Amino acid sequence: MSDVLDPATETRADTDDLERRRAQEKRLREVWATPGGWRYWTSVNNTDIGVWYASAAFLFMLFAGVLALLVRTQLAVPDNDFLSADLFNQAFTLHGTVMMFLFAVPIFESFAIFVLPGMLGTRELPFPRLSAFGFWSFAIGGVFVCGSILFNAAPSAGWFMYPPLATNKEQIGIGADIWLLGLSFIEVASLAAAVELIVGIMKFRAPGMRVNMMPLFAWYLLIVAGMILFAFPPLIAGDLLFELQRLFDWPFFDPARGGDPLLWQHLFWIFGHPEVYIVFLPAIALMAMIVPTFAQRPIVGYSWIVLAAVGTGFLSFGLWVHHMFTTGLPAISLAFFSAASEAVAIPTGVQIFVFIATLLAGRVIFSVPMLFGAGGLVIFVIGGLTGVMVAIAPFDWQAHDTYFIVAHLHYVLIGGMLFPIVAGLYYYFPLISGKLLSDRLGKIAFWLMFTGFNIGFFPMHLTGLRGMPRRVFTYPPDMGFDWLNLVSTIGAFVFASGILVIVVDVVWPRKKQPKAPINPWDAGTLEWLTAPDENWGMRSIPEIRTRYPLWQEKTLRREVDEGRWYLPDAEEGHREALMTSVLDGEAQEVFRVPGVSVLPILCAVFLGGAFIAMTFEAWWTTLVCSVIFFGFLMAWIWIGTAQIPEKEKKDIGRGVSLPLYVSGQPSAGWWAMFITMVGDGTAFASLMFGYFFYWTIHADFTAGSEAPGAFWPLTSLALFLAAWALMAVSKRVNTSGRTTLFRLLLMASLALTVAASLAGLAGPWFGGMDPTMHIYPAIVWVIVAWTIAHAAVGVVMQAFCLVASYAGRLTARYDKDIHNVVLYWHFLMVTAAVTFAVIGLFPRMV
Amino acid sequence: MLARHAGKITGIAAALSPVGGLTGCAGMQSALDPAGHEAQELYLLFLGMCAGGAVVFISVVSLLIYAVHHQRRVHSDRVVARLILWGTVTTVAVLTVLLTFSLALWPGLRPVQAEGQPAIEITVTGHQFWWDVRYQTPDGQAVVVAANEVRLPVGERVFLTLESADMIHSFWIPALAGKMDMVPGRSTHLSLLATRPGVFRGPCAEYCGTSHALMAFSAVAMEPAAFTAWLAARRMPSPTAQAAGLQAFLSNGCGGCHTISGTEARGKIGPDLSHVGSRETIGAGILPNTVQSIARFIKEPDTIKPGVRMPSFRMLPDEEIAGIAQYLKGLQ
Repeated sequence: MSDVLDPATETRADTDDLERRRAQEKRLREVWATPGGWRYWTSVNNTDIGVWYASAAFLFMLFAGVLALLVRTQLAVPDNDFLSADLFNQAFTLHGTVMMFLFAVPIFESFAIFVLPGMLGTRELPFPRLSAFGFWSFAIGGVFVCGSILFNAAPSAGWFMYPPLATNKEQIGIGADIWLLGLSFIEVASLAAAVELIVGIMKFRAPGMRVNMMPLFAWYLLIVAGMILFAFPPLIAGDLLFELQRLFDWPFFDPARGGDPLLWQHLFWIFGHPEVYIVFLPAIALMAMIVPTFAQRPIVGYSWIVLAAVGTGFLSFGLWVHHMFTTGLPAISLAFFSAASEAVAIPTGVQIFVFIATLLAGRVIFSVPMLFGAGGLVIFVIGGLTGVMVAIAPFDWQAHDTYFIVAHLHYVLIGGMLFPIVAGLYYYFPLISGKLLSDRLGKIAFWLMFTGFNIGFFPMHLTGLRGMPRRVFTYPPDMGFDWLNLVSTIGAFVFASGILVIVVDVVWPRKKQPKAPINPWDAGTLEWLTAPDENWGMRSIPEIRTRYPLWQEKTLRREVDEGRWYLPDAEEGHREALMTSVLDGEAQEVFRVPGVSVLPILCAVFLGGAFIAMTFEAWWTTLVCSVIFFGFLMAWIWIGTAQIPEKEKKDIGRGVSLPLYVSGQPSAGWWAMFITMVGDGTAFASLMFGYFFYWTIHADFTAGSEAPGAFWPLTSLALFLAAWALMAVSKRVNTSGRTTLFRLLLMASLALTVAASLAGLAGPWFGGMDPTMHIYPAIVWVIVAWTIAHAAVGVVMQAFCLVASYAGRLTARYDKDIHNVVLYWHFLMVTAAVTFAVIGLFPRMV
Repeated sequence: MLARHAGKITGIAAALSPVGGLTGCAGMQSALDPAGHEAQELYLLFLGMCAGGAVVFISVVSLLIYAVHHQRRVHSDRVVARLILWGTVTTVAVLTVLLTFSLALWPGLRPVQAEGQPAIEITVTGHQFWWDVRYQTPDGQAVVVAANEVRLPVGERVFLTLESADMIHSFWIPALAGKMDMVPGRSTHLSLLATRPGVFRGPCAEYCGTSHALMAFSAVAMEPAAFTAWLAARRMPSPTAQAAGLQAFLSNGCGGCHTISGTEARGKIGPDLSHVGSRETIGAGILPNTVQSIARFIKEPDTIKPGVRMPSFRMLPDEEIAGIAQYLKGLQ
């Protein structure tokens, strides 16, 4: 920018200036204030949500850690009876489940929610209420899943839940339903967070921060959130099939009625393998922030590491079969997936070399975050090397499902995820409380954890190859792994004591400890501009020209803190942030960020209630909770989104003026809808994968059935097409201001959608398809039901637009809603077209 | 290809490795004490990968320690960029070599049975929590039914078909070869070539329910002649002198689930007990085969093996249980 600070004018205007700044700060503080009393919990501020989220995830981690210690105690000696077989099976199932779903993924989401707005130079993520909803869903679902073990009702079929064991209601009781429904609920929250993070990173950066200037953490999180979008939906689709089998006896995984247990394994690992990288990449992202800070120089090879991260994310979707090397798949596919699994070591290696190169090119300051980072790297390298070994399919035939794999996966996850997370905790703690964690306790914790971990897990490589399978509650003596197991147990307790030291360090009262300087590590990125005791994030939003602004633009901190950049005030009493363009970061809109609200909690409580009631097959409670949830959701959308501003434009300082309302493709809501529907489409694609999977394994896929015929599916398809066309036309009509015609078109489209849905149901209904008889009617019903459920959502959206139009909140100028609804309809049209074309025509073609 | 050098390399590895001296002591279930062709090749592959892995690990960690501790000299961007480049090139090269080598090794490990090739075929079906084993001789005539024990001749490749009656199980004899899953509704295949005689143990390697840990079997590799004789003997019913025990066995309904050839017991739900007295272990690899442990298993199978389908017979008088146990042990 041209207007550099002029020291002369500054001195002259000092007094005036100071008063003006105080007034601005007062207004900002009021607008961004966290409510007091019980209302504290209705806060949606990213710093509050981030800390709650992280604390809850850490608590779940401690809980799962205690389960691990129980498991290790049982296995300390052969033929032990410390735990019963059943309790042991619950313990290891819950340990894996909680660590993966309630710690590894949420902890990075919490870090991201906390630190990303600062890093990107904005005030808040675009949908803070969605973050709050995600957190409350996570907390409710997590407590539900964990609590089950206290009632001896925890899932006990392994965290991978393979049918036919997990679908067997006699052997695996309600625990399996708790797993499926509790975690589906949490997965929805994870998807919500992914949408939030993608929109945040793409659209809410400081002006001028082009994509190639984004902090690496933002790059990684963008990749990871994208991966969640493609990895979680297959699991949700799998969960749906699974729960339909458990609740209603639809035979998806029952070979006696045409099902196949391997379909679940495919869907689970299409999720499960990317999941490993979803957990690992954010930890590497933390390292990518920490390493430059302690090397006191920018990262070497910024584009190398970004490309490597993209490559890792991409490849991670092509590896899932390496979890299935022993299921008897053809040798050719084993060879392909072996090669792909080896290939992923290449981008992973690049990332490690980039860190080492950066350290070599700088003067390294050694500290606790670096200690955990480097220690984690050492551990991870071993996990990576054993990963290269087990990627060779024949070697995996020996190693698979043994303690060798237990060792491998813990080396990968603890070295590649837990140690960097602890490094991140020590690094970012000053941003939470303004104070540093103890250097001495940090070092003690590190050495306990590092030695304990290696004592505990290194022997397991040998234990496994000496023939000890995983998931055994006991083992006979004199098989060659008695002492190895004892050593592992001792190591596990030493490791746990290290974790305990960290807990002590974090909860230690720090009343008397002096405040840390505002940027204690002398880091170069924007998050260190934010003051821990203010809620507003950035005092004003700067324009960014470099990758490490605090190193490369020496006056920036002062300018920002003195409110000399954009949006230094909140004169209209709204929380505001700048929305920028995706690639170049050009400011496009003053985005009014939703504030404190109780609606996210209410929505989470009632949606959670519906899921929990469904577990117990309490259908009336499920229905009541769902209806209340729907009501609150509508209220949320009505009150909280697409508000018409009091004026067209706003002056944001420095002579720049931006619109307060933007609709269509540039708007945040449009992106959120687009991203959500990509995830939704992936879930649909997973169901279609199921349809064709059954076709490939059966010579007579339809089992002689003629249903649903071609007539009704094609009729439905034609009606959906007409409804969609009317929606597309209605958007243009609205823009041209012909309100009455717009409303008529909406009504006609709504009626057509209802007719299309009925026609869609008519095919399998009149065809007499009984979904409990065979896999063919079951998969047809699922796909049709999926499409009709989406049509129902489409109808709700059409009705919403109608009401909004009559209420005057949807007009020719203020038309966000219709843009987003038409976007939804494009996706719905694709779903309907694929559904009805496939179920109507495909059985005739083969 | 590798097997020829196997002995030499194994010896060197045992001498060098700090844990090498221990690998021989309790090798019944160990992949590191191979007695089969596939296990042997994979063991050598493993040793090779360990050696390579150790070199990589030491190089990376030394570099990391140097990078963290060097204080005097800051390396230029150009030098460290070269490190990234050459590090990546080396990674690609090492992985390519490893992959090529393993792909070359692959086809020889598990050859499939050629059409019409005479061989011993064994069908193993996994049940919760035991194994049904059926042998078919190369002449295609006789089928011998057994349970919880797989016997095979040394030096002859046998072909296995693996199935499951309930859950997913996994068939694994670490000393002979890698594992293969048994998936309900599917048949999977495996072939084994034992290279030395011995008794080995095979645990179920896929979590299959409450007592997954208590599902194992014995694998006995025998000299071919001994194997042939053994199989021939298995075609005949076992002569027994324990008529009272047989009576108790039948009158308590044991025959509803178990088969004993040459008697009225023809149940199909539990393991075939025709020659149970000659097996290495009972209860699917969990108890030594003695009269006492057979009696204990009849009395309290639910305590020994939680989740087992067999009901307990605590209500029977001890003498009656002992009689049945005596009879079963006598089925040699």
